[in-house]
Amino acid sequence: MNKIVEKEYFSEKIVKIVVEAPLIAKSRKPGNFIILRVGEKGERIPLTIAGANVEKGTIDLVVQKMGVSSTKLCDLEVGDYITDLVGPLGKPTVIHKLGTILCCGGGVGNAPLLPIVEAYKKAGNKVITILAARNKDLIILEDEMRKHSDELIIMTDDGSYGKKGLITQGMEEVIKRETVNECVTIGPAIMMKFCSLLTKKYEIPTVASLNSIMVDGTGMCGACRVTVGGKTKFTCVDGPEFDAHQIDFDEMMSRLGGYKQEEHDMFEKFQK
Amino acid sequence: MERSEEYIKNERKQDWRVALQKKTKAKDRMSIERAIMAETPPEVRITSQRIEVNTGLTKEQALVEASRCMDCVNPTCMEGCPVSINIPKFIKNIERGEFLEAASVLKESSALPAVCGRVCPQELQCEKRCFYVEKLHQPAIAIGYLERFVADYERESGNISTPKMLAANGIKVAVIGSGPSGLSFAGDMAKLGYDVTVFEALHEIGGVLKYGIPEFRLPNAVVDVEIESLRRMGVKFITNYIVGQTASLDDLKADGYKAFYVGSGAGLPRFMNIPGENSNGILSSNEYLTRVNLMGADSEDSDTPVLRGKHVVVVGGGNTAMDSVRTAKRLGAEHATIVYRRSEEEMPARAEEVHHAKQEGIEFLTLTNPIEYMADENGRVSQMKVQKMELGEPDASGRRRPIPIEGSEYILDCEVVVVAVGVSPNPLIPNSVEGLDVSKWGTIEVVKDKMQSSIPEMFAGGDIVRGGATVILAMGDGKKAAKNMNIYLTEKYLVN
Repeated sequence: MNKIVEKEYFSEKIVKIVVEAPLIAKSRKPGNFIILRVGEKGERIPLTIAGANVEKGTIDLVVQKMGVSSTKLCDLEVGDYITDLVGPLGKPTVIHKLGTILCCGGGVGNAPLLPIVEAYKKAGNKVITILAARNKDLIILEDEMRKHSDELIIMTDDGSYGKKGLITQGMEEVIKRETVNECVTIGPAIMMKFCSLLTKKYEIPTVASLNSIMVDGTGMCGACRVTVGGKTKFTCVDGPEFDAHQIDFDEMMSRLGGYKQEEHDMFEKFQK
Repeated sequence: MERSEEYIKNERKQDWRVALQKKTKAKDRMSIERAIMAETPPEVRITSQRIEVNTGLTKEQALVEASRCMDCVNPTCMEGCPVSINIPKFIKNIERGEFLEAASVLKESSALPAVCGRVCPQELQCEKRCFYVEKLHQPAIAIGYLERFVADYERESGNISTPKMLAANGIKVAVIGSGPSGLSFAGDMAKLGYDVTVFEALHEIGGVLKYGIPEFRLPNAVVDVEIESLRRMGVKFITNYIVGQTASLDDLKADGYKAFYVGSGAGLPRFMNIPGENSNGILSSNEYLTRVNLMGADSEDSDTPVLRGKHVVVVGGGNTAMDSVRTAKRLGAEHATIVYRRSEEEMPARAEEVHHAKQEGIEFLTLTNPIEYMADENGRVSQMKVQKMELGEPDASGRRRPIPIEGSEYILDCEVVVVAVGVSPNPLIPNSVEGLDVSKWGTIEVVKDKMQSSIPEMFAGGDIVRGGATVILAMGDGKKAAKNMNIYLTEKYLVN
């Protein structure tokens, strides 16, 4: 049982919770994720760790209300307990001093991106961060990102904040302007796919962090399998980060919808 | 505990045993027919995942069956048991009506009698070595049925005994993984006086007994009672904890743990790497069974979804394949089909499971192998291409090698495919412990019979060493490891 000690609404549907998990706060590294479960009938869902406080023994999680399980989690209040929480899982991000790093976040992908931005900056890189969303309200963690980035670019689909346009437009401007040594992209699968296509054109090594469907998160179920470089990999133990240019994003997007009908039916029932 | 031949002989000469031996003539014992296990009718049991198939022997049946046992001078059955249960002693206790005493005999050797009584392949172990089989070529004493009877009797009586324990020695040992191997190890170490903590990655204790074996073969409630017995013996359990990730081995050493037993199991499911295999609707038996058994996806109130379909095909011929296909039937599949590349004779599944599956209307396509999957416009599997096979010369496993028949391909409809073609060892511990010798298959290398790894204070057993075996072999490893870790720790810390 892990107690929720803070809760903050980033938007109507995006919530940040700070959870007591002292061992994980100490052992987690950028890129790691956890699996949690709300209630005795709850589903096991993976969430990437957005930050941690070792002294307080807490970790930060950012959740978007999507279906039954994420809604149940978002509806918990400060003082409530998460039934089960295990981690840290997955391989951590490989951080080196490389030069200039382009960090591209979309939607709630900004949350797992934050510790990576921090770590790259700390390792002595120049970090240019681009955050993208449909509109201003959906841009999250802007201040924290600004704090750890040399430059922060905001892109919105509707132009309500920052520059109007897709994330790839912002990226291409930077790439044309200066040498980028590596790119990291975390966000909706479709966004990562197009980020990856762009950087492939410019031959910039790129890492994407995947949010596949998982049950156990320890390599046991294989629900999270993804084709990377023509080989089947498990996101939970081989990832969650992979060479973006090798990922079969179309298959990955299809697999994210593997339980769409079942999830839809459950959500309808839940709302009644 | 280890027992000498002499000890077993002396026990056999106890007055009550001698009296029983004299009470009934051998000829009369041999004229009794082996008990038949009652079963829930197939049409009833396929309506729910949670109705047990075998319903257990009655008291009368158990008394009669126990009287078949000859109480042999040289009980070969015991040699067939991986955990060396004193089989004649527990059976003769049944014959004299001392069921609770029989239960405590089981507990001298096994931490999980109610589990073993249900899922052990006795026909290949103790019962295969029974006097009736070896000398008379008749059906063996139903040792497995009797074991289950005694364990169930004790549980239902409410008088659950705790085995004899040595005084606490204050030495902390950690168990990594709470499956059958870890539980067996934990029980033996607790009896020897160690301070035992079991670390489990999932949110439930029991490993494959909970996430793998379905309720209709092994109810979780039965497993929980055995775990409760271990708790009463002082074993501590910590769930949601991955050793090597949540905290390192060094952190645990700093916490005072002197030795470790790794029973982390065979984690990674194998796939066949054929075209279309990553389509939606194709999943591993681990995923399928975990969703249903651990997460309760068969019931309305669970938040975890499970895929259902009219045509569910399960690829494989082992016990896990049988568990999966029978689960599919219970989830409402009109056609639940096994596709297996060899013939029924080579199936690794227990004959009993195959028999039960057939009773339940499971369809079998043997000598058939999938070679490609076809998906619909949504990426969901809709058909599979299979190829017929014939059997050639025996291969490394000693079974006849399946050879594809050219031009025999045809198409099967399927909305759900469960791949049950084996598992590979869980990589978490081998990856996170430096200096640990690991084979090219990813299994932990141990000194045979000692179960000690290349790190002296780390022992290992079960599927993480074997790569994929049975509950009872995993338990046997746990026992061996406990015995040898005790020797190691005694020399290191207890002998001055």
